[in-house]
Amino acid sequence: MPVLTYLEAIRLALLEEMQKDERVFVIGEDVGAYGGAFRVTAGFLDTFGESRVIDTPISESAIVGAAIGASLMGMRPVAEMQFIDFISCAFDMLVNYAAKTRYRWGAGVPIVVRGPCGGGVHGGPFHSQNPESYFMNVPGLKIVAPATPTDAKGLMTAAIRDPDPVIYLEHKFLYRRIKEDVPDGEIVTPIGQARVARVGRDVSILTYAAMLHVALEAAEAAARDGIDVEVVDLRTLLPLDEEAILRSAAKTGKVIVLHEATRTGGPGGEIAAVVAERAFDYLDAPVVRVAPPDTPVPYSPPLEDAFLPNAQKVGDAIRALVRY
Amino acid sequence: MGSAYALSRGDIFTPLIRNLGAIFVRGGKPRDVFAQYMAKATGPTRGRDLNVHFGWLSEEGSMPSVISMLGDMVSVLTGALLAERMKKRQTAALTWIGDGGVSTGAFHEGFNLACALKVPLVVIVENNKYAYSTPTYKQTANTRFVDRAKAYGCHGAEVDGNDVLAVYEVTRQALERARRGGGPSLIEADTMRMRGHAEHDDMKYVPASLLEEWSRKDPILRYETKLLERGMATPEELSAITAEVDAALAADVAAAEASPMPDPASGLDGVYGDRPTASPVPPLVADQARRGTS
Repeated sequence: MPVLTYLEAIRLALLEEMQKDERVFVIGEDVGAYGGAFRVTAGFLDTFGESRVIDTPISESAIVGAAIGASLMGMRPVAEMQFIDFISCAFDMLVNYAAKTRYRWGAGVPIVVRGPCGGGVHGGPFHSQNPESYFMNVPGLKIVAPATPTDAKGLMTAAIRDPDPVIYLEHKFLYRRIKEDVPDGEIVTPIGQARVARVGRDVSILTYAAMLHVALEAAEAAARDGIDVEVVDLRTLLPLDEEAILRSAAKTGKVIVLHEATRTGGPGGEIAAVVAERAFDYLDAPVVRVAPPDTPVPYSPPLEDAFLPNAQKVGDAIRALVRY
Repeated sequence: MGSAYALSRGDIFTPLIRNLGAIFVRGGKPRDVFAQYMAKATGPTRGRDLNVHFGWLSEEGSMPSVISMLGDMVSVLTGALLAERMKKRQTAALTWIGDGGVSTGAFHEGFNLACALKVPLVVIVENNKYAYSTPTYKQTANTRFVDRAKAYGCHGAEVDGNDVLAVYEVTRQALERARRGGGPSLIEADTMRMRGHAEHDDMKYVPASLLEEWSRKDPILRYETKLLERGMATPEELSAITAEVDAALAADVAAAEASPMPDPASGLDGVYGDRPTASPVPPLVADQARRGTS
């Protein structure tokens, strides 16, 4: 079992799917000769040639539009947003074309739109965002956000093989910081299935992507105080694994939703509503959101550190719920 | 319609709302369009979408569905052609845009990409003088749309958009050039929108003299005159064709009117490919195992 970084796992999944299936190709800015801004597709041009590793103008809307058109003709395109912040430039294509096509006239749009999201690297307001909330309100899309190398590989494979448009959010803070043994060969992580990352009985933290690691750190700290925290890695945000959310909520009766997207209108609101509608009687405390304040992601390290959730903020929430 | 006749078997095309005729040239049926407008279960989108917003995929020649957002189809067709290129097929594609639609960012991004990647795409800019109520001079500082071909680095051509044979010929040449590897073409077709943006629009903003001038250039009358002058048809034959089409359309309208409306429950299916229906709205108060009072 090789030790892979999160980034290497993404790259390997792409590489293996392109080797297995000639319908799979990559398209985006600087994905060819340069190998992608973060080197996710490094070497792909030499391996697969220009027809399957397509460099484009700076045109996110057209990149996604072209991926859609190719998918209608039977291909399995993987479109890169150089930073996921730029997915807003392709919003129309995703929301109006990709998401609604199957419902309207029955044609599937099996595309993957992937790109680096998230903060912690001092990228500032336009290279740090977490755009999942914009797309969670769009029926027809799927959204995945892996937290580990194994899931990064398994969700990429699943996303490429999925019959519908999948937004694949890869957290740039995790790219080279997170490593683990990843089983050889094919891994497919089913879209729509959460995973219990840590079993506990006192408080549930529902989270995903980089915040999973913050949650686990906070859970370890709480354990030293005798508090047994369960951590659920959602992995997919659309469709949400409501059963996994409810199982954990019913088990502990105290729920924290932790995410890096800003607070108002973020995924936490939806998750809290699911818990309130379907597990109200199990709750022993209000559902708590730990999320950044409603500001753009600031650039300067002290500002960004204050903005992002961390283990201490999560610990405060854990203790408040235990005391409730 | 002349341009659609220039397509070959297997070519891809996407009509915009003013290109209904192209759909019929490529095998679409009036009864489907009527059912679609009437929101019937028998329409091609089963009552889910309106207007000419439907499509099909076929070896004969796919029609990826247009959507309301103008310009989007240019990059979608570019991607479709990239796929065909990967399959080593000689497929070309055709779409249309208006003097208003070319102002969108989607058009620019899509057409620039098409030209950069040199895919066999032909775009006809129908300069029909108005985008809803906005005249072309308020749309752009250069109302000669064919000039943009130079900016994009592609072939450009102008045509009298009300001369059906000229439109056919200019499109045929552009498609042939595209198929030979000559890249995209931008064709400006000079024409006039003779009705409102939609039926509610009385078009008071268009000077009557302009409509009068263009009514003398009616493309159907011109084509009929040409056929008569050249002895290729008699007035009786043309009347017979018109009567035949009228009768067929009346039958299709009647069939569409007699078709059922969609079952409300059918509106939940087909959002995703791997799940049969969207979740229905849950009950207001979900069943929950009561924990009792504590």
